[in-house]
Amino acid sequence: MMMAENVLGNYKQVISARSTDKEILAGAQDGGIVTQLLAFALETGIIDGAIVAGPGYEPWKPEPMVATCREELLDARGTKYNICPNVRLIKEATRSYGLDRVGVVGVPCQVQGFRKAQLYPVGMRDVPDKIALVIGIFCMEVFPYQSMVQMVEDHAGTKLESVKKMEIGKGKFTVYTERGGVSAIPLKVTHKYEQPGCHVCLDYVANLADVSCGSVGSPDGWSTVFVRTMAGDSIWAKALAAGCFETQPMEKVKPGLDLTTKLATEKITKHQKVLDERKVMGVNKGLRNPYL
Amino acid sequence: MADKITIGHVHMSGCTGCLVSLADNYEGLFSLLDGYADLVYGLTLADVRHIPKMDVALVEGSVCLQDKLAVEEINETRKKATIVVALGACACSGNINRFDRGGQANQPQHESFVPISDLIDVDVFIPGCAPTPQLIRNVAVTAYLFLKGNAEQKALAGKYLKPLMDLAKSSFVSKASFNTLMQEVINLGLCMGCGSCSAACPVRAIHMEYGKPQGERDLCINCGACYSQCPRSFFPIEVMNGFESTHALMKSVMNG
Repeated sequence: MMMAENVLGNYKQVISARSTDKEILAGAQDGGIVTQLLAFALETGIIDGAIVAGPGYEPWKPEPMVATCREELLDARGTKYNICPNVRLIKEATRSYGLDRVGVVGVPCQVQGFRKAQLYPVGMRDVPDKIALVIGIFCMEVFPYQSMVQMVEDHAGTKLESVKKMEIGKGKFTVYTERGGVSAIPLKVTHKYEQPGCHVCLDYVANLADVSCGSVGSPDGWSTVFVRTMAGDSIWAKALAAGCFETQPMEKVKPGLDLTTKLATEKITKHQKVLDERKVMGVNKGLRNPYL
Repeated sequence: MADKITIGHVHMSGCTGCLVSLADNYEGLFSLLDGYADLVYGLTLADVRHIPKMDVALVEGSVCLQDKLAVEEINETRKKATIVVALGACACSGNINRFDRGGQANQPQHESFVPISDLIDVDVFIPGCAPTPQLIRNVAVTAYLFLKGNAEQKALAGKYLKPLMDLAKSSFVSKASFNTLMQEVINLGLCMGCGSCSAACPVRAIHMEYGKPQGERDLCINCGACYSQCPRSFFPIEVMNGFESTHALMKSVMNG
């Protein structure tokens, strides 16, 4: 099956890193990699705009946004854990905004959407050659917005508008409030609220991104970064040379790449099982696997 | 580049937007015609009256069942062409021609229009209204490699083209609309809310509501772009894993 032996995808290098920019780190989920890399690419003209998960009209409900300056990127810091249809804006970015070099960020399935837009641009006129940087974020699953309401307000007993940060890690979903409250619920409770479409996905670490990153594998406040493509390699090297990132070799950090591999393998194994079950869901009938 | 292939553009009932889209490859079109393909048939483009033998026929438009000549020509196309490509949504799925009820001067009786696959076997679908210059480019490059390339290029081209060949054989894509996206993706629990469908829709009939596509079905023109663009309709993993070199190749052949 897909990626059975190559659970972390193809990559040129993997590093543990964090931004050197205090303002970016202040609102970052972990090492501020996405915001920092996009800000650097924007400032140096590698991209002329980026599609990010910006603030929405309801608390913690992100809306895709085309950011063309640092301030707008800062508004989009942090992980929201619910659906933000970033691919939706790719034609607005290239046509309404007139961008020629677009940076994008997305979870693995969205990265797949962007790459399909490049290789099979059925309704993506003039998009394929204008995607200049694709940043992927590690993802086990996301939640529909209504699930966030259920989890945060019902299970964790916290109003969404008072939440400052959300985090999934160490077997728990944790919400931190503006006034210092901390509320955690076990992932066992949140599993049923996951988006069903996530359960056929076999990609944990955004295999098709130029650069992908996430907390898993690195110490608190740092991110694990995979540099995957020639485009990604070139941008990462320039950002390092400009002093954007502090780095540590992956072999030197705890918990290390073994944990990333473990979680990637878990996701693939679990979801392969879902795909297998779907295949024989009925009587001599089943549901299709989109990745065949 | 002695080993060129022959291509023709066959015009059924369509708006010529697909042909314009092909031409929107600008100098890429010249590279294509200089190095890889001879245009042996095409209304206004080639001085040829009857459909000749050719390697690839690009068919634009739906077939009008009351237009005897159109029916003859589409059948002739199938007999004369090695590969028949349905170029654009009218040829693939009927598109706006599905809504035609006739009554237009000077042939008011021309009222029934079908996608070409209702009458002939089609080898490759290039959906979209209009199909994008870049998808036409990608298919042109891979079709050439499929016919004339070395073993490795043939294999890559075959893998790239396979999903578009599967669309042509599918029982439902020739009837595509937003409903197809509902039935084949959303209803099967496969949608993850990426927004590709909404971006792809040429009439902006799809908006994302709480992360999921909602279609204004009265606006839908039955082009099938949403379904085909969806990463959960088809996603040939081996081809996609090689996206960087494959995209660079497609870009360079015609643009460089």
